[in-house]
Amino acid sequence: MSGVRRQREPYTGGAEAMAYVRDEIVPALVAAFGDGVVPLETPFEMPQVQVAPGQLAAVARWLKDRGFNMLVDVGGVDYLPRKPRFEVVYHLLALPQLWRLRLRVPVEEDEAEVPTVSDVWPSAAAAEREVWDLFGIRFAGHPNLTRILMPDDWVGHPLRKDYPLQGPRAQLPAHAAERNRYHAPKLPGDPPGTAGLPGGAKGGK
Amino acid sequence: MRQVVRSGDYDLDLEELVIEGEGDRMTLSVGPHHPSTHGVLRMVLEIEGERIVKATPEVGFLHTGIEKTAENLTWQQAITVIDRMDYLAPLSNNLGYVLAVEKLLGLEVPPRARILRLLFTELQRMASHLLWLGTTALDIGSQSVLMYAFDLREGILDLFEEASGARMNPSYFRVGGIAQDIPEGFEDMCRRFLDRVPERIREIRNILDENPIWLDRLKGVGVISAEDAIAWGVTGPNLRACGVPYDVRKAFPYAGYDEFEFDVPVGENGDCYDRYVVRMEEIMESYRLCRQALARLPRGPVMVNDRKIALPPKHEVRQSMEALIHHFKLVSYGFDVPAGEVYQALESPRGEIGFYVVSNGKNKPWRVRVRGPAFYNVFAMPVMMQGALLADMVAIIATVDPVFGEVDR
Repeated sequence: MSGVRRQREPYTGGAEAMAYVRDEIVPALVAAFGDGVVPLETPFEMPQVQVAPGQLAAVARWLKDRGFNMLVDVGGVDYLPRKPRFEVVYHLLALPQLWRLRLRVPVEEDEAEVPTVSDVWPSAAAAEREVWDLFGIRFAGHPNLTRILMPDDWVGHPLRKDYPLQGPRAQLPAHAAERNRYHAPKLPGDPPGTAGLPGGAKGGK
Repeated sequence: MRQVVRSGDYDLDLEELVIEGEGDRMTLSVGPHHPSTHGVLRMVLEIEGERIVKATPEVGFLHTGIEKTAENLTWQQAITVIDRMDYLAPLSNNLGYVLAVEKLLGLEVPPRARILRLLFTELQRMASHLLWLGTTALDIGSQSVLMYAFDLREGILDLFEEASGARMNPSYFRVGGIAQDIPEGFEDMCRRFLDRVPERIREIRNILDENPIWLDRLKGVGVISAEDAIAWGVTGPNLRACGVPYDVRKAFPYAGYDEFEFDVPVGENGDCYDRYVVRMEEIMESYRLCRQALARLPRGPVMVNDRKIALPPKHEVRQSMEALIHHFKLVSYGFDVPAGEVYQALESPRGEIGFYVVSNGKNKPWRVRVRGPAFYNVFAMPVMMQGALLADMVAIIATVDPVFGEVDR
């Protein structure tokens, strides 16, 4: 019963599989969807295409039917101040063919919304919640688009580039800013009138 | 009818334990502070008697904003926060990140650094699986295994301390190589440690493999089919336990894994017991890899010979103006990385960890998106818990091996 395991040949040959995606699948995808899909350069092996938000649901269905059975990841990127500002990035994997493909969906800031793919790949449900939580990009048709990492009553989306690193509390009111200002101690030997200035005896501003 | 039971006399917004329901169906909230949840996971269970009808994981209690912090550190500094994501396998995180940045830079690390990285990542895998084994056995009710497993893991942490100075978060890898060469006598120390491994693993397996309690608690519990596992993005030992021989080390070799000989253990049933066996077999595969890495460890430098990336040696800094400038520049500003996007996948102890790194050509990462394997594994748990007994929840959470530093980042 124990210790006896069926040793299967592991899946190998990822590099050739990605070349196949680049040469065969991406052209077919572009042919099927026309302007909605733009192939991008593939500098680091992984083939990638740009997909218009309106076409995403159909593209996802098309790719799933052709073997991309695992949605590895959904992530957001904020390209402030570029327009369109956001990008939602999908990494797909096909097992056992080992095809990989990256979909990049540009998203405008004003109507930050893309269709959900959680009906195609269930793993998208949680990852899309994270993108909503941290970037504020909505996923139309998502079954439960709520915050996932931040508290439910949080205001703002922390991974946006214009969100302060130390959180909203970093924007201190004026009196708190004054209290937190650095006051150099008066040291023996300081010229009169220099104590308390930032930079101490050197009298910098 | 709604009945709120509070444990402890302090006032909380979140009910520690809520029992509510109509008829036989009730909702039970477990966690986030519960010893069997391995960190801070809240499980909202709908149960009928002892049967789980529906499970909803709630995460985010350990969110520390690592991705945001990394955007505000230089490329080399970001290693230290990335270390702290999956705190049971920090070196696997390190490796994924540095490989991604090296791809953007077009760097090739020296062979000694490459093999040392492989050695340390495999030691890390053993350490992580051993900790998993100890805590899982404790959850299921076997205390002695915890001691056996932690004793062995201790040996690995000693090795980390010897090489990097830190036991838990070594931050040992750098973009361009590793922080410092291994000290004298390290190889012997490592061999002495490895000599202990097979015997100890045999001992542990003798305790557990055919233990009736162990089998009762794990066999046929928490089953997930290969199709479901793939659809939910499950990777790593949890996926291989379903019979899918997908291992990033074989499928998309990195860091020289294609030059080494090792097997990919695969289960059949996708239940808790298979997840256990797959991890136990993986410890032995890591053992084989460590042996091979030690046997063919070449001599030579451990950092690239590029003064724009690697710090100059100290004796040079004292004598050469140029070296001093390089030193100053690297410490204060860091280095620029060519603009671009790269996705680097690697096999962490929990599955495929992916680093989607975006550079805008400056000295700080524009975006470090981390695909945490545990994140996806956690959200596949409801599938495994469907129809399971309430007590099985503990076994399922334990054998899926989530690490919440990585789920919440």
